[in-house]
Amino acid sequence: MNFPLNKDAWDAICLTLELAACTTVILLVLATPLAWWLAQTQSKWRAPISALATLPLVLPPSVLGFYLLVAMGPHGPLGQLTQALGWGVLSFTFTGLLIGSVIFSLPFAVQPMQNAFEAIGKRPMEVAFTLGAGPIDAFFSVALPLARPGLLTAAILSFSHTVGEFGVVLMIGGNIPDKTRVVSTQIYGHVEAMEYAQAHWLAAGMLVFSFSVLLALSLLRKRIGQVLP
Amino acid sequence: MTVAYGLRIRAHLARSDFHLDVDLELPPKGITVLFGPSGSGKTSLLRCVAGLERPSNGLIRLGQELWQDESRDVFVPPWERDLGYVSQEASLFGHLDVQKNVDYGLKRSGKPGSAKARSGAIELLGIGHLMHRHPANLSGGERQRVAIARALATQPRLLLLDEPLAALDLARRHEILPWLEKMRDELSMPMLYITHSADELARLADYLVVLDKGSVKAYGAAQDVLASVESPVIVGEDTGIVLRGTVVGRDALWHLSQVAFPGGYLWVRDNDMAQGRQVRLRILARDISISTHEPQDTSIQNHLMGSIQAIVDDVHLSQALVRIRCGDSILLARVTKRAISMLDLKTGDEVWAQVKSVAVIA
Repeated sequence: MNFPLNKDAWDAICLTLELAACTTVILLVLATPLAWWLAQTQSKWRAPISALATLPLVLPPSVLGFYLLVAMGPHGPLGQLTQALGWGVLSFTFTGLLIGSVIFSLPFAVQPMQNAFEAIGKRPMEVAFTLGAGPIDAFFSVALPLARPGLLTAAILSFSHTVGEFGVVLMIGGNIPDKTRVVSTQIYGHVEAMEYAQAHWLAAGMLVFSFSVLLALSLLRKRIGQVLP
Repeated sequence: MTVAYGLRIRAHLARSDFHLDVDLELPPKGITVLFGPSGSGKTSLLRCVAGLERPSNGLIRLGQELWQDESRDVFVPPWERDLGYVSQEASLFGHLDVQKNVDYGLKRSGKPGSAKARSGAIELLGIGHLMHRHPANLSGGERQRVAIARALATQPRLLLLDEPLAALDLARRHEILPWLEKMRDELSMPMLYITHSADELARLADYLVVLDKGSVKAYGAAQDVLASVESPVIVGEDTGIVLRGTVVGRDALWHLSQVAFPGGYLWVRDNDMAQGRQVRLRILARDISISTHEPQDTSIQNHLMGSIQAIVDDVHLSQALVRIRCGDSILLARVTKRAISMLDLKTGDEVWAQVKSVAVIA
């Protein structure tokens, strides 16, 4: 029997981790202000924006992937924009995959953060105001640290959800080795080629990874819960 | 020419359940107590002063400093108003220890002498030994003391206290009240203090604003407002007056001290009070009875002569409140209407007030 993880498999694993890490970082930057806005605002736009941000949770990944593919393609609005900017077409590239992942995992980042911000309530911010902290200062020195458990949950869920995605990756990225082939699509490829041994190794790896993440998350929550009131 | 302005508050605030509508000029020092039932708009008023609410047609000015004037489109945001705010529930930041909580406002105030103000606040509230604890590991009373010290450390020009003792049990209240009295006596900054406890009112108030359903029912020096005939409606069963006096003598054999007030002398329990010390005395209306001639053969030690100024209905139908002028002071006596009829008491009558119990509250 061959060594179970050949070069292709390692490439797929590295690409998966890279994609998940980039997605998580981008999501934390984008979702934090969005979650804060959703938690604070009384605007009439809150409901539609909130629904839009939750949409990827219920939409079949192939539907999302299909629209993104069309939009990013040479004749789509996004594709024409990127071509005009000299970036070329993003479909079937790592960047395209990254955009798809960010949109696909958005609710997993927004919801825990929004819950955390809502749980803090208005009072800590008001207290910070009366102690001389302006809104931005108070956000970074009070709201963000108090929402740390929510931030952590958001990061872990975004990361692991990206690792586990399949439909969007297949639609936007295709399955190009070393470029857009991640673990989940690699497993699909192995199964199609009847290479069950390789599929087993990768699938088991994913299973262990996902379980560990969820276990770590619940242990971490317990510990944070003890430190923070 | 400069004029010593106090705190000017004019605010209109429309809410679904009530309308706040006040226009007040408060003195520039001492404790002003905002008193009233829940839902009377006390907290809303305080939030307007802090800038956490923006009342329409509002005018908020502390001394010469304008914080809000809608007619000139001036609104200073809360973080630029030089004030401290302590609320009823624990407001400490859970992610910071006591020291960092205290330093939070201090770092942002950027005032000279902040190190001295910090150590002064820590010492005044007695929290030096708690500096490295987290809020979660403090008792309710300790948390409130830290919250007060945190506000004081910024050396605010105005301190707002929204029922700082309401969430505490009786023992913890008695733990914090002396600190508040100390603050009143040692600091010159004005304070706005919300409470619906008659006890805190009597102990702390220099000035009193009575709110009901969003509007001001009475305001003025606390002694005057308490001795006015509206007071039974204000404080209910605990109606009473507060007198200021000086310790002038002592009866060591019987452990009594004699206190002189504008209107006479009262014997009170001797609590090792030095001669010449200024004290506040609280006498509840239910602890004063009335006699038409000088009482003889009675166990009650304190008798004061005065004249009846007014007789008004009390909270219960059977009772009346009698306002007695005694020298320059006013006493309130709660008696039954039957007694008034039997003794034929009328405005202007000379009577003896028998004082059954006097509490020295500071």
